[in-house]
Amino acid sequence: MSETLTAPTNIPRLIQDEIEAPPLSLGRLTWLRFRRHKMAMFGSVMLILLCIYSIGGAFVYTEKFANDTDASLGMQAPTLTHPFGTDPVGRDVLARTIYGGQISLLIGITAVLIETLAGILIGAAAGYFGGWLDALLMRFTEAMLIIPEIFLLIVMAKEFGGKFPSVAIFGREFSGSVIVIVVIIGLTSWMYLARIVRAEFLSLKEFDFVLAARATGTSNAGIIFRHVLPNCMAPIIVSATLGVANAILNEAYISFLGLGVQPPTATWGNMLDGANNYLETAPWLWFFPGALILLTVLSINFLGDGLRDALDPHSRAV
Amino acid sequence: MDTRSVPLLQVDNLRTRFHIPEGTVYAVNGISFSLNEGETLAVVGESGCGKSVTMLSILKLIPIPPGEIVTGSALFRDKDLIQLSDKEFEDFRGDEIAMVFQDPMTSLNPVLSIGQQLTETLCTHLSINQEEAEKKAIELLELVGIPEAPSRLGCFPHQFSGGMRQRVMIAMALSCTPSLLIADEPTTALDVTIQAQIIELVLHLREQLNMTIIWITHDLGVVAGMADRVIVMYAGFIVEEALVDDLYENPYHPYTHALIGALPRVDRRRDRRLASIPGAPPNLLVEPKSCPFAARCNYVIDKCRAENPPLVYIAPNHKAACWVDIADRSTGPV
Repeated sequence: MSETLTAPTNIPRLIQDEIEAPPLSLGRLTWLRFRRHKMAMFGSVMLILLCIYSIGGAFVYTEKFANDTDASLGMQAPTLTHPFGTDPVGRDVLARTIYGGQISLLIGITAVLIETLAGILIGAAAGYFGGWLDALLMRFTEAMLIIPEIFLLIVMAKEFGGKFPSVAIFGREFSGSVIVIVVIIGLTSWMYLARIVRAEFLSLKEFDFVLAARATGTSNAGIIFRHVLPNCMAPIIVSATLGVANAILNEAYISFLGLGVQPPTATWGNMLDGANNYLETAPWLWFFPGALILLTVLSINFLGDGLRDALDPHSRAV
Repeated sequence: MDTRSVPLLQVDNLRTRFHIPEGTVYAVNGISFSLNEGETLAVVGESGCGKSVTMLSILKLIPIPPGEIVTGSALFRDKDLIQLSDKEFEDFRGDEIAMVFQDPMTSLNPVLSIGQQLTETLCTHLSINQEEAEKKAIELLELVGIPEAPSRLGCFPHQFSGGMRQRVMIAMALSCTPSLLIADEPTTALDVTIQAQIIELVLHLREQLNMTIIWITHDLGVVAGMADRVIVMYAGFIVEEALVDDLYENPYHPYTHALIGALPRVDRRRDRRLASIPGAPPNLLVEPKSCPFAARCNYVIDKCRAENPPLVYIAPNHKAACWVDIADRSTGPV
């Protein structure tokens, strides 16, 4: 635009009255609605406490202590020295739930990142481009859906588990099986999200603002990621939140079956694996990890529920 | 027609069809027109007559499939737009040719701020950085008459009224100083006072930027005030093309006649019903072989039902497509 341009003077300018007072921003509105959802608030507080528990607890007990075996101390019921008791090889259950919590939460979150990434890419490509690509991707999604997820998990865990060396992240040594489990869970749970994203794209791509964006020369990638995707963030956020709970449960399943994260690295799931022989004789072995899984999954589901209501643009309640 | 210069846009025999489950929609049936630099061309016609599809075809914005541009060329300067690849078109759209859409309520992305949407176009085409783009965006908002522009950049579309949004759309369209602005019924969704403001704004900008404008509308009242030349479309055909005053004074085609006759006027008796055109536009699913207006025409003769009249000069700067001669018509409707 050249320098000589001036703002028009002969055109009636908008007067101050016509400009609305800035309404609540989306984030603020979401927070107001979320705050009124009591269960969701309970869930969020609980999750924060659980994070403090598994991260803060690491400052009280060292990982070496959590993995330290001493058969002579095995199978002790909760006492003051071992508040959650000890397992058959004498490891402290409290310390192990702390370090297991880190792994379980980490698996939950990273698996969901993979799931979300795969779901968004596949759903967006199918919904936006349509045609044969849509048909191909959706048939693939359905093919993945008809195989029971737990079966896929078991087969993939058996196939790939234990084939990767340990890695160090954040100064902690992780068994290679953690990464395998994360990838496996991520790759077996993206299908529902892909369908949600596809459905959103199918309707959003017909909107005028997409046409307007194309008319200003925006590329396909620009339209997909800058114009359409932000419009379907609400269902994605909700789905991802609930996905974390699902991933933690999935990890528990396969670890319980002995195919998940391999000891000595603790997770809530593989702690249950060791406990099933002592259901009646040593209930502290399964009660504490089990209760933590239950609490986490419940809290995340409450949180997801609250987010769903809070992010719903049709909900007018503030 | 002005023959001093090479036309800015020369559309020739453009045909667009849509293949839908019910059959083929003959949306645009061989449209030819040209547009000179600095000229304002109005395209009028009722809903569904192919005005928008013609413009979207020129910009290759129709969905393909189901759409198909069967034949035709659209020479912009020396480039045939129809032959451009998608990649070449991305550089072209918004830079050389910009478009303003009908409904400002849905044409802005609800989750991106005004600033983000304005700077995006600038960054795409002008290769400037974010800071410069923001400065330019403020200039543009001021240009279209939005007060307190700097503080408006962070606003979201839902915080703006319809008129303000259409101003933003116009600012976006103008961001790269396009040679051609296509305005697709930009005032239809607005109330009359805002409509007047927007038209005045565009006229003001046309003068400042020496823009060429194609203004699509179904409001003949709007046309009279701003256009140099008018194209009247019906069922995917151009039925009449004339300079604006000529069209109002000597409408040739019976359809144009009827359209002008249907205009509400201040100087007419208020208790009379408004005139309307009886019948409905033809079914576009049938390939048009005869004059598309024949079924609703008061002057229809047998030839109209057998053969479609070509668009021919009936006077200097005045083209029409009708078999019936003016002399016959002076006797009045049959």
